[in-house]
Amino acid sequence: MKMLLSGNEAVARGAWEGGVLVSAAYPGTPSTEILENLAKYEEVRAEWSPNEKVAFEVALGAAIGGARATVSMKHVGLNVAADPLMSSAYSGINAGFLIISADDPGMHSSQNEQDNRILAKFAKIPVLEPSDSQEAHDFAKIGFRISEEFDTPVLLRLTTRISHTKCIVEVGEREKVEVKPYNKAVHKYILVPAHARKRHVAVEERLERLREFAEKTDLNRIEWGNPDIGIVTSGIAYQYAKEVMPEASFLKLGFSWPTPIDLVKKFSSQVKKLYVVEELEPFIEDALRAAGLEVTGKEVVPRINELSPRRVRVAFTGKELPHPEPEDVVSRPPVLCPGCPHIGIYWALRRLRATVMGDIGCYTLGFQEPLSAMDTCLEMGFSISGAHGLEKAQGKKFARKLVATIGDSTFLHSGMTGLMDIVYNKGTSTVVILDNRTTAMTGHQDHPATGKTAKGEPTKAIDFKELAHAIGVEKVFEIDPHNLKMTRKVLKEAMELDEPTVVIAKRPCVLLKEERKRLQAKPKKKIIPEKCKGETCRNCLTIGCSAIYWKDGKAWINPLLCVGCDLCQQLCPFGAIVEDVKDEN
Amino acid sequence: MKTKNIIISGVGGQGIILASELLSLAAMEAGFDVKKSEVHGMSQRGGSVVSNVRFGEKVYSPLIEEGTADVILSFEKLETLRWIHFLNPQSGVCIVNDLEIIPVQVSQGKGEYPGDIMERLKKKASRVYLIDGVKYALQAGNPRTANTVLLGALSNFLPIEPEIWEETIKKRVPPKTIEANLKAFWLGRDLFKD
Repeated sequence: MKMLLSGNEAVARGAWEGGVLVSAAYPGTPSTEILENLAKYEEVRAEWSPNEKVAFEVALGAAIGGARATVSMKHVGLNVAADPLMSSAYSGINAGFLIISADDPGMHSSQNEQDNRILAKFAKIPVLEPSDSQEAHDFAKIGFRISEEFDTPVLLRLTTRISHTKCIVEVGEREKVEVKPYNKAVHKYILVPAHARKRHVAVEERLERLREFAEKTDLNRIEWGNPDIGIVTSGIAYQYAKEVMPEASFLKLGFSWPTPIDLVKKFSSQVKKLYVVEELEPFIEDALRAAGLEVTGKEVVPRINELSPRRVRVAFTGKELPHPEPEDVVSRPPVLCPGCPHIGIYWALRRLRATVMGDIGCYTLGFQEPLSAMDTCLEMGFSISGAHGLEKAQGKKFARKLVATIGDSTFLHSGMTGLMDIVYNKGTSTVVILDNRTTAMTGHQDHPATGKTAKGEPTKAIDFKELAHAIGVEKVFEIDPHNLKMTRKVLKEAMELDEPTVVIAKRPCVLLKEERKRLQAKPKKKIIPEKCKGETCRNCLTIGCSAIYWKDGKAWINPLLCVGCDLCQQLCPFGAIVEDVKDEN
Repeated sequence: MKTKNIIISGVGGQGIILASELLSLAAMEAGFDVKKSEVHGMSQRGGSVVSNVRFGEKVYSPLIEEGTADVILSFEKLETLRWIHFLNPQSGVCIVNDLEIIPVQVSQGKGEYPGDIMERLKKKASRVYLIDGVKYALQAGNPRTANTVLLGALSNFLPIEPEIWEETIKKRVPPKTIEANLKAFWLGRDLFKD
């Protein structure tokens, strides 16, 4: 049967066909849909974990426990899970274990563009690089077999353009894979030095056997064409190179680490000039150079930013195709939605002139004008622990204006430990938990405080207030961030206290189904033009609501975008903003 | 047949992903190899969104190269201009929804929404069509079928039979809206009757 599937959907389908039983993940673009799709299969025990380290350990535990398992995450998620990654390479597995990393060249939704093939090499595990959805599907199945044959975790490395490109996929049926018995094997699974030393030897021997496998597997294939140009390539770069240089000879590596050096040597001996076309780091290129091969790679193929047909064409020909000159167009960055609960918090923090340590989520957009209320956003959890460090550098007085803002999901991911640290080490920073009842940025996934599992089943929900108290924070405030006056007042009070404080800003994301329904029933707002004082005021513009626009020196509300919240109404000193009640007649 | 390259652009929330899905499914149904690429995540929040759809005998790159798009189908005027350098300078077609969505900078009074978009487009493309999608969508009985009107207009430039479009629409849109969507498709398609 043929289906039109994204790379992420295809990986999920392939893993399901390959008999996966346990899958865990933490959402992150571009990887999120992998687990969302796995969760749709009745047979798969799919779970959202609080973070990637936990997800990795759940999946690894399942694999050691005899069930085929996957863990999926975005590239930076594997940094969080780096500890179990390194150890799992030594421990090995029992049933097939796939680590699915979706890298983000071009940083469409990320803070860096690290190339996780390097992490796999560092961990000494094999790398599979699909170049379209069909391969994403097939490699997931093959990955389980390689994992079991060589007793190793396997890294399936996707990139944004693989994950989020839909292609036609020939799918199959689910294989019957029995759960293997769990056998205690302390020499593998207890990595005390005496065992680990032996395991390191096993890991090196395994790498050698994997290299031999790479030389023979049909995951690596030669496509002969013009022998003047030989292109070694992998992943999405293969597609761009095929598009631009269809006549060339290709060595396409689906199994790129350990690199099949003999195969490349054979290919290289039959072409005049050898190129490597790969996205981001010179990963394959370095391996070839280390083997003494002469190649052209990153001197012509850019290392920074994602590749494209144009960039590959320029690498080979030095020229672009003729095209119209790009137009200089005003940019349209993403913005916080009208009615977004985060707006009130950042509006208030700006007014309080706070130093704001931000974090990863929709609320990162609070750095943009006109809210402009954020100083830092680096990686998940830095808001809280970073704020504590800043306080240690600048002192308690400075900390009276110091706030960490972090979403509910991010707080559970890696904010809790930072908060513990503030309490333990006598910090006084204020932590604002932006509790919008979901993981919003990645498309609304559940987490341990929503009361629902990845399968949609009801479960216990963590109570942030009780959690903060249990950690040792005595002053915990709960606010509705849509009450601007109260929000400002409570934040000010919390910031000034010489003790750790937590403010929980509770209001659901406006895009959540139930919230959308509730808002649809509400009348929208409108501005009475005679009452609007225009240029002399501009108060309503300070929330940066995209439903409010400026025309002819006055503010107006777009009824198609307005959700009927009253943030702007609270700010208008002239009562110009009112409910747009439809005349029943 | 040379691979067909279609860019669908607009603003997050306008239904670009569904429209490109319909196009891709129709092309697949017509027996072509298909790739469609777009970026999720940040783009959902009212930002600029673009989808690349390519179909033909065998498609390699999911991304369209600058200067090779056969059609730019845009649900918003400014978002046509943003991608114009992807259009084939000789034969490319622009189909533009007659709708302006004001970017936040502009609504904040910092920057202007250009008033000369059509003139600028016409300088770079030989065939530019401005279509009031909502007007025809209302005629079709559902204002939310504007995208289907535009897909109907697009269909005139692609080697996919209308019957296949009809089947795809029936399969993919919410059941209650099938009738309006089919009407909308034909209203758009018939705009190019002559």
